[in-house]
Amino acid sequence: MIRNAWADLRQYPSAIIGLLIVILLVAMAIYTLATIPYGEAIRLWRGGEDIWQDYPRTASPEWTNFFRNKKLPSTVLLDSRQGHGSKVVEPRGALTEITIEFPFNFQADDFPQELAIFFYATFAQKQPHVEMTWLTPDGREIRIGEYSPRGRDSYRFEGDSRLARRLRNVPAQQALFTVPDSDPPVPLKGTYTLRLSALVFEENGDLDAKFIAYGKVSGLAGTDHRRRDLMVAILWGTPIALAFGLLAALGTTVTTMFIAAFGVWFGGLIDAIIQRITEIVLILPVLPILIMVGTFYSRSIWVILGVVILLSIFGSAIKSYRAIFLQVKESPYIEAARAYGAGNLRIIGRYLTPRVIPLLIPQLVVLIPSYVFLEASLAVLGLGDPVLPTWGKVIDDAFRNGALFNGYYYWVLQPAALLIVTGLGFAMVGFALDRVFNPRLRGL
Amino acid sequence: MANRSSINSTLLQVSELVLHFRTSKGVVQAVDGVNFTLNANEAVVIIGESGCGKSSLAKAILRLLPRNVHRYAGKTFLYGLDIMALSDEEFRRTIRWNRIAMVPQAAMNALNPVTRVGDQVAEPLMIHQGMKKARALEKAVEMFRLVGVPEDFVYRYAFELSGGMRQRVALAMALVTSPDLIILDEPTSALDVLTQANIMNQLKRIKKEMGMSFILITHDIATSSELADRVAVMYAGQIVEVGDAQRFFQEPLHPYAQKLMASVPRLRETKDPDFIVGQPPSLINPPAGCRFADRCHRRFERCAEEPPTVEQDGRLVKCWLYIEDGVNQGDADYSRRQD
Repeated sequence: MIRNAWADLRQYPSAIIGLLIVILLVAMAIYTLATIPYGEAIRLWRGGEDIWQDYPRTASPEWTNFFRNKKLPSTVLLDSRQGHGSKVVEPRGALTEITIEFPFNFQADDFPQELAIFFYATFAQKQPHVEMTWLTPDGREIRIGEYSPRGRDSYRFEGDSRLARRLRNVPAQQALFTVPDSDPPVPLKGTYTLRLSALVFEENGDLDAKFIAYGKVSGLAGTDHRRRDLMVAILWGTPIALAFGLLAALGTTVTTMFIAAFGVWFGGLIDAIIQRITEIVLILPVLPILIMVGTFYSRSIWVILGVVILLSIFGSAIKSYRAIFLQVKESPYIEAARAYGAGNLRIIGRYLTPRVIPLLIPQLVVLIPSYVFLEASLAVLGLGDPVLPTWGKVIDDAFRNGALFNGYYYWVLQPAALLIVTGLGFAMVGFALDRVFNPRLRGL
Repeated sequence: MANRSSINSTLLQVSELVLHFRTSKGVVQAVDGVNFTLNANEAVVIIGESGCGKSSLAKAILRLLPRNVHRYAGKTFLYGLDIMALSDEEFRRTIRWNRIAMVPQAAMNALNPVTRVGDQVAEPLMIHQGMKKARALEKAVEMFRLVGVPEDFVYRYAFELSGGMRQRVALAMALVTSPDLIILDEPTSALDVLTQANIMNQLKRIKKEMGMSFILITHDIATSSELADRVAVMYAGQIVEVGDAQRFFQEPLHPYAQKLMASVPRLRETKDPDFIVGQPPSLINPPAGCRFADRCHRRFERCAEEPPTVEQDGRLVKCWLYIEDGVNQGDADYSRRQD
């Protein structure tokens, strides 16, 4: 049966493409679940600067450089603790002189976003003293300043007013990377070096440093306003979207079908009760109820899912299924089934309901993305799960932070594209499945 | 069932079976006090016009009742067991298909359109004998061979089969559990004569080989005469004559049966087929007394009263003509007309 269905399905190119998309999404979901566990995802997504300090803000994905004439810089991260650059330790009597040099090659056509140094100093009483010097590819030597780090400390170039004065109020990340006297300013390409000369005053003292020249592109998915890598949300959005869509679609269509079948088969009071409940539920406004639940009770995605299923079980589908079942119930083959002793459940399960499966399959498969969209819509309305990273949540964040206004198109387009691709994939599979599982459509 | 000796030979005894439906116009007396018996390995043919309650009788025996039942009463004994006393669930599990199977009317449409026919034939075995699917399918193939359907058809859907093939599949489905009795409700209507003959021959063979009993419901007297051991004539919800087929076809007793036989066209006879004036009475409000009286060419005063069923020439007939002196009169009349 399955093998035959597969053989039939292969005849439709759209089904193959759709199936590939669905398989890809499922693979993505499985990969995500395997690599970023649930707890870890929530920790990352809710984390602040301490987790994401190495990432730039609102940086485009790296692959966008492929389409740009002026290549944007990616982040340069040099950490002496990880053996980047060179670190020379020279004892000078009671003092120790530590020289850390961070040479790096810069080839982008735009300036970095921001410059920062993170110090990791070890001392008991007296802080080490650091002198920072910038060496450009054309041999200039620019004094940045002096700093006395207190343990774990950071020095942000932007926040140093004396440096700003010395650079004539041109932002440091621009001034330090410009070809001299160019107008408009053009970045100078070549090998830059940041030299940190430190004096450590204690015997057991030590100093390490991490230099970050924040780029304007980052990772495969870019970052958001809180420096979070969007990849986390894009990846975690997949299993959540699939689970939400599949559970909601299956939960509503299958239960609706069975409720309608039970009502029709047993008839009488059962049917009347089901129909009255349906009529009441039909006039209930779904979105306001969801907003109410989200506002007053819980914004957990699973609670919302439960409410969606509850409200859709007695939906208008019951009426259309009932119309079909009423007709099917009178078919000679149903009476024949009764005659050969099939029980009520068997008749409902094997004789009544299979007649609407051809109707149900495309509906089910088209419903999956529609529930994914519903989840996204709720997120955009501010009712998204506050804990979980989802595609809708990313769009919501982008929307609130003026992504389109500021030109951060990647921020909106990536989750939107995934939503569209999900819908497309399921729709293509759905329509092909319809032809395969409905023998009557065959040969049309 | 006091008579033990009859238990072994009498397969089915139906007594005073009543099935009335409730409709918006009134109560339809579709089956109204039917009595007949059927012996093992015997075929009884129930003939009658459309709407006389033949199919309702079949449904009443198998307890396949629609929702609008008004009255369902009487007794049905299967090998002496009162099956009317069983609960619905017991009846479904022990009687339907295990003991009594049915090939429903319009059997061509009686197949599930979304199941392969092989699976469907196997289904009763899985329901009633808890057989595994593979084993049941083997049995289904066996049945297909028996009724003359190619074996590879088990993997087809009903709509991929011709009418005759579907009819055979429905028959295979009835045979698969080897029941004591099969009720065939117009099994050959809507089929061409060659296929009809073929199926009747299959039935004859099955009856001989498997020792099965049949109730054959039909309005096609010619075709049914092939299989019939006994004939029951039904009119307006009642059986008016039942008896040995040979003698019935030679000489029907009840005036209605006589007219019915006269309406069958014959080869090599110049005489036009006869017909009966008027229409069968409405079953909502059947006439008092003999229900055939209005159309009867032999009507007399007593017909205004309900006629009793009397034994005549080893047959049972429900007519005033055969009470006392009426007997000879009826016989004489019929034989004179035949000349």
